[in-house]
Amino acid sequence: MADNQILIRVCLGTSGKAADGEKVISLFRMHIQRHGLDGSVQKRCVVKKVGCRGLCSRDLLVDVIIDGRQTTYQNVTPSMVERIVQEHLLRGNPIDEWAVKEDYAEFTSRQYKIVLGPCGVIDPENIDDYLKMNGYRALKKALTTMTPEEVIKEVKRSKLRGRGGSGFLTGKKWEICRSQPDKTRYIICNVGEVNRALAEGNPHAIIEGLIIGGYAIGASQGYIFIRERYHLSVERLKKAIKQARERGFLGENLFGTSFNFDITFSFGTEAFICGEETALMECIEGKRAMPRLRPPYPAEKGLWGKPTIINNAETLSNIPIIIGKGSEWFSTIGTEHSKGTKVFTLSGKIKNNGLVEVAMGTSLRTIVFGIGGGIEGNRKLKAIQVGGPSGGLIPYSMIDMGLDYENLQKMGSIIGSGGMVVFDETDCIVSVAKFFMEFLQRESCGKCVPCRLGTTRMLELLTKITEGRATMKDIEALERLSAIMSTSSLCGLGRTAPNPVITSLTHFRDEYLAHIRDKHCPAGVCRALITYTIIEDLCKGCGVCLRKCPAKAITGERKKPHVIDQSLCIKCGICFQSCKFKAIIKE
Amino acid sequence: MVGLATVFGSGAMTNSIEEIENNDLIFVIGSNTKENHPIVALRMIKAVRKGAKLIIADPRRVPLVRFAHLWLQQRPGTDVALLNSMMHVIIKEDLVDRDFIINMTEGFEKEFLENIEEYTPEVGEKITGVPRKKIIEAARLYGRAERAGIYYTMGITQHSHGSDNVFSIANLALMTGNLGKENSGVNPLRGQNNVQGSTDMGCLPDNYPGYQKVHLPAVKEKFERLWGVPLSDKPGLTATEMIFEAEAGKLRAMYIMGENPVLSDPEVEHTLKVLKGLDFLVVQDIFMTETAEIADVVLPAASFAEKDGTFTNTERRVQRIRRAVKPPGEAKEDSWIIIELSRRMGYEMNYANMAEVFREIGKAWPAVAGITYSRLEQGGLQWPCPTLDHPGTKYLFKGGFPRGKGRFTVVRYRDPMEMADEQYPFVLTTGRQLFHYHTGSMTRKVNAINRVCSEPYIELNPDDALSLDIKDGQMVKVSSRRGSITLKAYLTEIVERGVVFIPFHFREAAVNKLTDSRALDPLCKIPELKVCAVRIEKV
Amino acid sequence: MKKRMVRCRINDIKVEVPEGTTILEAARAQGIYIPALCYHPKLSVTGACRVCLVEVDGVAVVSCATPVEEGMTIITNSPYVEELRRDIIDLILSDHPYDCMVCQKAGDCELQELAYFYQIRYPRFSGRKRSYKTKDGNPFIEREMEKCIQCGRCVKVCDEIQGVCAIDFAYKGFELKVCPPFEKDLDCEFCGQCVSVCPTGALVGKDWIPKGRQMNIKQVDTVCPYCGCGCNITLHVSRNEIIRVTSKPDTLNEGWLCVKGRFAYQFVSSPERLKKPLIKRNGRFEEVSWDTALDFVAQRFKEIKDKYGPDAIAGLSSARCTNEENYLFQKFLRAAIGTNNIDHCARY
Repeated sequence: MADNQILIRVCLGTSGKAADGEKVISLFRMHIQRHGLDGSVQKRCVVKKVGCRGLCSRDLLVDVIIDGRQTTYQNVTPSMVERIVQEHLLRGNPIDEWAVKEDYAEFTSRQYKIVLGPCGVIDPENIDDYLKMNGYRALKKALTTMTPEEVIKEVKRSKLRGRGGSGFLTGKKWEICRSQPDKTRYIICNVGEVNRALAEGNPHAIIEGLIIGGYAIGASQGYIFIRERYHLSVERLKKAIKQARERGFLGENLFGTSFNFDITFSFGTEAFICGEETALMECIEGKRAMPRLRPPYPAEKGLWGKPTIINNAETLSNIPIIIGKGSEWFSTIGTEHSKGTKVFTLSGKIKNNGLVEVAMGTSLRTIVFGIGGGIEGNRKLKAIQVGGPSGGLIPYSMIDMGLDYENLQKMGSIIGSGGMVVFDETDCIVSVAKFFMEFLQRESCGKCVPCRLGTTRMLELLTKITEGRATMKDIEALERLSAIMSTSSLCGLGRTAPNPVITSLTHFRDEYLAHIRDKHCPAGVCRALITYTIIEDLCKGCGVCLRKCPAKAITGERKKPHVIDQSLCIKCGICFQSCKFKAIIKE
Repeated sequence: MVGLATVFGSGAMTNSIEEIENNDLIFVIGSNTKENHPIVALRMIKAVRKGAKLIIADPRRVPLVRFAHLWLQQRPGTDVALLNSMMHVIIKEDLVDRDFIINMTEGFEKEFLENIEEYTPEVGEKITGVPRKKIIEAARLYGRAERAGIYYTMGITQHSHGSDNVFSIANLALMTGNLGKENSGVNPLRGQNNVQGSTDMGCLPDNYPGYQKVHLPAVKEKFERLWGVPLSDKPGLTATEMIFEAEAGKLRAMYIMGENPVLSDPEVEHTLKVLKGLDFLVVQDIFMTETAEIADVVLPAASFAEKDGTFTNTERRVQRIRRAVKPPGEAKEDSWIIIELSRRMGYEMNYANMAEVFREIGKAWPAVAGITYSRLEQGGLQWPCPTLDHPGTKYLFKGGFPRGKGRFTVVRYRDPMEMADEQYPFVLTTGRQLFHYHTGSMTRKVNAINRVCSEPYIELNPDDALSLDIKDGQMVKVSSRRGSITLKAYLTEIVERGVVFIPFHFREAAVNKLTDSRALDPLCKIPELKVCAVRIEKV
Repeated sequence: MKKRMVRCRINDIKVEVPEGTTILEAARAQGIYIPALCYHPKLSVTGACRVCLVEVDGVAVVSCATPVEEGMTIITNSPYVEELRRDIIDLILSDHPYDCMVCQKAGDCELQELAYFYQIRYPRFSGRKRSYKTKDGNPFIEREMEKCIQCGRCVKVCDEIQGVCAIDFAYKGFELKVCPPFEKDLDCEFCGQCVSVCPTGALVGKDWIPKGRQMNIKQVDTVCPYCGCGCNITLHVSRNEIIRVTSKPDTLNEGWLCVKGRFAYQFVSSPERLKKPLIKRNGRFEEVSWDTALDFVAQRFKEIKDKYGPDAIAGLSSARCTNEENYLFQKFLRAAIGTNNIDHCARY
């Protein structure tokens, strides 16, 4: 960062926008102009919008960098702008009480950001920012100094695996595709939920990766498959493509070679199944998103029947890095079979919700307690679910496990979408499994029997358990259904759908049994299994609970102990919360 | 049929339905295949999905157009011009099959070539209304194809120049060598389940069974020996001529079996008047048809499900039909009635069963001599099948034509007999639609069919309707120089401006009240049912 | 082009098949039965039902979609796959009405057959079942969508064979349903191809009900009475009435029919059929005996022939009569009357 400059970076990802980021930017600009800051402090003032840096729970985040010294403000609102300008920009006194605390450093320092690195630093709508960080150099290198085979070899050597799905070796997949006799080939970039930050924060990396991939497999047409609803991602990717085309990175005869490449958008709707690559292709072809049979695999016969590569945006964002810095450098990161880094979305009962990138093999403990700042309210960690809705539940006892493809698979989980949800002691595992099954049942395309009816029956069984109507036979049925679905479903959705159930039955069987045998929900979540009772000795007969009860289930004279009529109680818990004397207990 | 027989020496579909799916080019002209030969259309769709190119030439946007690579929308009755200009391009671009022309054909000479020379794509466009670009493209597609099949039906034949149309089609196939080999040929699709069989069986005024000419002494002698009676060598009357002769008082009696000429022939009123004037009319049918109503005697016959026998389909395949139910009341098989009548006329026919009749047919016509009922138990057989160990013939003219060489015919375009004019500004074309069949005597008795299609209608282009101020579903009066009918208007872009279409299944609006019974093909006396001029008015 | 042959073992039988043959095809060619509900030999393979699972090297794979590879060891009946299949069928039955007693398809239902084979009296799995308000706008086809097992054969046949695409899947997951676009605009040719491939009673002919199922039904192979295609049809007959028409798959029409061939057979039993010979007397038809009618016709023909010569008589035969009848008819006119005045409508 140059001296004599004031740089203000405002997060304008989806979350930043939601936190009035646009307004904050314009206020900064207004104040700077009004105060004639450029002149009065003898420094050039730059206000810049940047992409998401991950810690969305603290938005709006604003960096103020004066002569290279950075102060980051959190939870900034428009009303705070004037004071920041007055005190920090004009007088040079950072406002400590608004600045981020130590946990911010904790959050960032333990991460290994190579893909997300530029996010939150560069202006995603300005190609020059990307070019300044050696953007499109890898493309130039690949096109002008390497053959497609050499590019594939380099990617193979990096041992990069697909970030999402089954984690197939990217280079290997490209090689299979390139070896097909059909010369018309396609490459598709799938921009999923977890990739939004990439598309919003550094879209050019995705595009550069896509072009290199196209060059490697011999495709001249690339697709970006994205949900139309991701407005900001779409907008920034569109802008980026336009800029790339203007600078000659897209189009014909790139870098004076005979290689032509261009990118079109294909918009999907809200459908989880579109994460399945064959369903995604059906969707691009204008058909109903239902998975196709394999073989043939997309790399052999994909979109429009042509050899096709589908990589997600994160995988492709790694490509310019691998080509630019070399596979050797890349493969120093991570574990033996899982190289590089992985982006996770950290959520649930954790202090620092947000987007993180860690080296493969980083332990769950580092992520949850280091980066994530531990559990809210310092409650006990119960389980972590990794890999999106169809990921497995990993119990606290496995907290020191390093995250990579192999370990996750061993735990009955997947990398999947890179979701990571943290559950604590107040969460009921059966309810958690039911929650995910609800989602999967709704999102099952319905094509194959095991998934269509399996998810439906599983959801019914889980509901039965949470309502205390289940018998031990239902556990057997759940286990049998899990086995049928994971062995005989048509696509990944159905095959992985039982993961939450299988893993929770393995690690938290007691909780299931408590629901079934004892009609008791240990976490006190399942309404049907809770009873609220008034302890006679503690009840002062104040009448608060009686007045507040919406079901009129509480009776009792003033100053005398009250009673709850269990047949009328709807288990809303209002009495429990409103009793000042802790006379009501929840079991 | 006469047309094809003149060119090749035999008139039938040259290929099998099964072969369609191996065509690499399918040229459908004058056939609404998807509605009238649905199962043939399925094979065409299969071929298209396997990569074949499909060209359709039809004045109407028939349903199969959806699958076509090229649709030539020629004006009704201008097929000769269309085909000639296609041939012009094929000759100009040297897409002809020289070896085939030299070895297998005759008449590819000066007169023929000079005639074709006149039909440039520009001339073709002027007459047919099909853009020259499309004519050229169609010619190239057909000319370059390796296994091209042409398929046509009444859209080609029911014209005052129907034979010319057929000659033109034959010319096209001959010059490109698309004959005498598997998966390519000329294929008239037969409209009724046993049209092929009834012509094969000699229900023709000039032919004995197997297309043997009645005027040839040797043939006559052969049949006299077979049947044991002296026979006439004078060719008889065609169906159309019968009506004229009856009108003239020369024909006094008619015996009509399973046919409803009142509705299917042109000029209903005229036919009705003439038939009523006969001394004696016998109608043998399964229903009281419009023709039966005016008969002197009506004989109740058995339906297809009530008798044994054979049908021959459009691909020359002889197949067994079997009795499944008893006829209603006292209805009898047609064969029983004929045999009984013949006995009473003093000519005994003795057959133990239908298999025996078929054996006699084999004696009369060698091409089916190898077909027996016991062989048919294993499935149908395609004639020619001359011996008991012959597998049947999948495609015709392998190694040559029955008449020796295929003949090129000089065909010049002639206008249809009646063209649209100021008084009658629309061109009417007629035909069938998917749900009904022929004069409706069978399908109109089916409840479900009547629920989807119960009334007559006229297809009218919405733009024409707009200028006539006619709304969809409105009743209109359609008149020609011969009569008029009233029916519902159905606005659709299936027909282009200036062209209207009426299906002929409906007795309450019999379209053949409008058609012209005097516009006949000079060679085979087919009336021009596909083109006449009409006027449309609101009622 | 001749295909390379590959060898494999199916249930310890050595099998050699052309490359690209699926396990299911290879097994069925050997007479080894593998159940399948969505597979149809004339339609594309979608692998939706998962019933055709077999074991290859210890892994369950769908046999309809997996090509035989050199050296494969395939087991079609191991306890592992049999149990999986049983449970998949069980799952299907958990969302299927148990009304085989009154179902038109009973005895001819592929699902019923599998339930029988695996003896699934009560499904292991149970729960919510789909139920629909049947919308009845279709005169030919009775749809009971509760019985639909979403195998997709109807959708495929409508697209791949008929080229109409009148129906497709709508909704997803448990609610998946086959219906016309937006569940209203049925653009259908009523060919009934969907009915012919439906493995269950979800699609049946409207006129079939309740005329008879499989008991005491006579099946007669014959040829369609309509157009010249000559489609092979099978008449199903009960109590001297045609109760439905089907077509066998190994004929020139490959088992496919059109609306007329499949559904327009009612005319045979129409009350309007002519049942007695009629002679017109004083402008009105009177019923007479065959003898009276035939004697009268013969007598009139003789009179006319004697008076005006044989060429004053003409005959029109029918393209809907058999070869034998047409032959006899022209023979009658030529030999018994003595004229060549014979024609039929085929000329136009």
